[in-house]
Amino acid sequence: MREFGYQQVSDVETAVATLATSADARYLGGGTNLVDLMKLGVETPELLIDVTNLPLTDITETADGGVLIGAAVRNSDLAANPVIRQRYPAVAQAVLAGASGQLRNLATTGGNLMQRTRCSYFTDVSKPCNKRVPGSGCPARDGEHHNLAILGASEHCIATSPSDLAVALVALDAVVHVREGDSARAVPLTEFRRLPGDRPDLETTVEPGALITGVSLPGLPIAAASRYRKVRERASYAFAIASIAAAVEVSGGLVADCRIAWGAVAAVPWRATRAEAMLRGKPVAIESFAAAADAELLAAEPLEHNAYKVALIRNVTVELLAELTGVSR
Amino acid sequence: MTSTLDPATTRTPLMGQGINRIDAIAKVTGEARYSGEYPLDGMIYGWVVQAPIAKGRISDIRPATTLSMPGVLAVLDYRNAPRLSDAGDGELLLLQGDRVYYRGEAVAVVLAQSLEQARAGADALDVSYLAESHDVLFRADHPDMYTPELVNPNFPSASNVGDVDAALAAAEVVIDQVYATPAEHNNPMEPHATTAHWDGDTLLVFDSNQGASSVQMSLCRLFDLPRSAVQVKSEHVGGGFGAKGSARPPVVLASMAARLLGRPVRVTLTRQQMFAMVGYRTPTIQQVRLGSDRSGRLQALDHLAYSQTSKILEFAEQTAVLSRMMYATPNLRTAHRLLPLDVPTPRWMRAPGEAPGSFALESAMDELAQACNVDPVELRIRNEPDLEPDSGRPFSSRNLVACLREGARRFGWDDRDRRPAIRQDGRWLMGSGMASSTYPARNAPSTCQVQARSDGTFEVRITASDIGTGARTALTQIAADALQVELDRVELRIGDSDFGPAMIAGGSMGTASWSWAVVKACRDLLGQLDAHSGAVPAGGLLARADTKDDVAAQADVTRHAFGAQFVEVAVDIRTGEVRVPRMIGVFAAGHIVNARTARSQLIGGMIMGLGMALLEESLMDLRFGDYLNHDLAGYHVASNADVRSIEVSWIDEQDDQTNPSGIKGIGEIGIVGTAAAIANAVWHATGRRQRTLPIRPDRVIS
Repeated sequence: MREFGYQQVSDVETAVATLATSADARYLGGGTNLVDLMKLGVETPELLIDVTNLPLTDITETADGGVLIGAAVRNSDLAANPVIRQRYPAVAQAVLAGASGQLRNLATTGGNLMQRTRCSYFTDVSKPCNKRVPGSGCPARDGEHHNLAILGASEHCIATSPSDLAVALVALDAVVHVREGDSARAVPLTEFRRLPGDRPDLETTVEPGALITGVSLPGLPIAAASRYRKVRERASYAFAIASIAAAVEVSGGLVADCRIAWGAVAAVPWRATRAEAMLRGKPVAIESFAAAADAELLAAEPLEHNAYKVALIRNVTVELLAELTGVSR
Repeated sequence: MTSTLDPATTRTPLMGQGINRIDAIAKVTGEARYSGEYPLDGMIYGWVVQAPIAKGRISDIRPATTLSMPGVLAVLDYRNAPRLSDAGDGELLLLQGDRVYYRGEAVAVVLAQSLEQARAGADALDVSYLAESHDVLFRADHPDMYTPELVNPNFPSASNVGDVDAALAAAEVVIDQVYATPAEHNNPMEPHATTAHWDGDTLLVFDSNQGASSVQMSLCRLFDLPRSAVQVKSEHVGGGFGAKGSARPPVVLASMAARLLGRPVRVTLTRQQMFAMVGYRTPTIQQVRLGSDRSGRLQALDHLAYSQTSKILEFAEQTAVLSRMMYATPNLRTAHRLLPLDVPTPRWMRAPGEAPGSFALESAMDELAQACNVDPVELRIRNEPDLEPDSGRPFSSRNLVACLREGARRFGWDDRDRRPAIRQDGRWLMGSGMASSTYPARNAPSTCQVQARSDGTFEVRITASDIGTGARTALTQIAADALQVELDRVELRIGDSDFGPAMIAGGSMGTASWSWAVVKACRDLLGQLDAHSGAVPAGGLLARADTKDDVAAQADVTRHAFGAQFVEVAVDIRTGEVRVPRMIGVFAAGHIVNARTARSQLIGGMIMGLGMALLEESLMDLRFGDYLNHDLAGYHVASNADVRSIEVSWIDEQDDQTNPSGIKGIGEIGIVGTAAAIANAVWHATGRRQRTLPIRPDRVIS
């Protein structure tokens, strides 16, 4: 583990300016992922800039009927927030489905979006990994990949994003607010994280040194009945092997509108736009739900040990959509 | 005499009571000191450098960069390490040459003034290797598979009674199936840690282990020292599950490093390092063939087990041995095959042999019950033997049937509909299953000293080890009962090899073996006190006991604990999730010493069995040759949320042929049968057999 400097900052401008002074600094939120990776030698920053004291700890209602979640809001506070619980229940459920009470007390909203993959090769510096050391190779494709990507992967990387929260956020049209140098920018979460392509080391679309200042959710009536469902190998304290956030609005027996996002299937929280498009206007029925899932899964490229995830995500999608619409199987 | 004892007092025995752990406050307040926590003046920290190849040799070590780093004092490697003598364990002949036998093997230790400096030095150490192609794939049809002479600890590898092939050919019903269990890692909470210090030619180590005597003996042999020159202290140990059952690399590396530097050295392992360096449970492939008549009465039982070992030490797990004593059959054959690979040596992990072996046998029995349309409990009762089927020896006591009946009663088993895949509760298919449990009840020689002090208190000294089991409390109860005094008048001291040779906390033999020596010494002391007139002298009175001859003189009977486990499962076949809402275990394990700690041991075993059934699996990376999921995020043990209703009880069992206290060990039996009970319940829920562990979502999804 490399020796590193540690600095607290109290305003966004100083945070961004301080990061720019170093070739190798990182923002430190709860540290629940970054510090682990530093212990493993995967991350070797020379400077940590603690951003948990920035004035980004509030959840405020916005003019459009939505909310703005400060980047430093702790996961526990986010899950307990009455507005979140009432208007965006999938968000609270996703947070509570992750980690443990102790970790949620530390972990931040912004940090959650920056979580790195749990791929066993990425976290072991004695092995090659294109994400960690570009060009070194990806042993996962022919090795252990039972919980790696079935969608959006490339020959260079089949990592998955482990975040639960991001799945709920991306389903509900979240926008990430970032500070890049002197300017502020809003990026839809669907565009915030990158698929690996031939540069799996690049994980976001924002500039290096950008600071997440918050995440906003629009006023979205459909979200009030949203739900998050997570499948994992043990009953708690495990990353998803498949997860889904969804919301459905029904009118006259037809799907008027819907939101569907998947977790643990790709390097990004996977907004299932093809499934949504397929489902809109269709009768509320198991067949419609299955057809929607299948439409999204046409692009799936499963490998030997993760092929089960195709059936799994399909099944859990049909199940949650049925639950949300009161259709019995 | 002015006895400290008042024989007229009516005294309720402490044995059997659920007394709180006497070290509980020390542990929760942090006062209890573990092996990596002893501060010694001038102490140096060692960081282990591990081989990144699975087979080959070290071509060069260039320590210059590391040695120039802040705080780094030395690099210990095969070129400067003290020469070691063979202690019968190839895993301990560390840094003796340039060969690498498995990935993760220790190739150097960087020694520095702080842990961080040692680690940084280790990261920077420049080692070159000549890698050779390795073979780490465990498979039954490997040409190098051979028959070991003995299996752990010293059973014949094969057994044969009657004519199994003829009986199978003639049987009305035959079950012939292959079962597989994965490699698993013990993962005690406290990683291995040693603090070593030489004073001239005398070695003192604080070491986290399951038996200070055993580690002392290994160090004596490795360093050619007399027993008087080596002291091993292990006052508190944070779990072992077999991974600390004998000396493991850290104690040897720390001792060598301390020798090299002439200063105290501490070596601690990370969780990741433990996945290569301290043992694990071998993967197994097992073929079980059962032949019976239509009513389920066994005519033949054939159990063939394959497992792996390393190239530097033969460890042959006794996977099929439990089939030699479990069920009555006139034709009975067991055999073991072993495959040496370029892997770390598998070692003991909670119920080695019985845990994986019972998964195969008890699953096959469930398949036989299904084939004969006989209730699984009734099937086992029908096959209850009078004598040990393999040897013809009598059992010291055998209460399997009582456990089966009591477990069935508590579970409500008799109302069960035997048909599979017919119960649904929302998205869950519901089922129930059961299996028998068993574990040997052995004793090993131990020594003990008991001292009567002039203030009316007693000091008991024994090289026992409390690895979290509650042994310290149990032995104090036993001593107080033997001395007929209250608990607070007995001070028990354990975990120090200076107290004399004693059994390890292993093989479920610790408390049984130690209790014998404690009781023997206490009785001797009572005799001395009776013969002594006047007050106990200022120097006290001392009694010593050694149970070597007593153990050797035990009658030739076979001794086992038994149990029965019943579980309810909920299976979502669309997601592959398996949950276990209810578990019941009933055990017949002799005299239970402490109701509270015994309950913890038994439910702990069953919870580990739940993990074995559904979660635990060490994944071998064929390209790199190491266990890949080497942390507690990747290697799943059961979490609190996985454990719902769990209930254990025991039947009142008197067995006067085990040891003077009538104790059978309980450290391991809880994990035996659990995985089969859960797999059998998953069949009952879904109609599909699960013959490969763990029962992962991808194996369940349809």
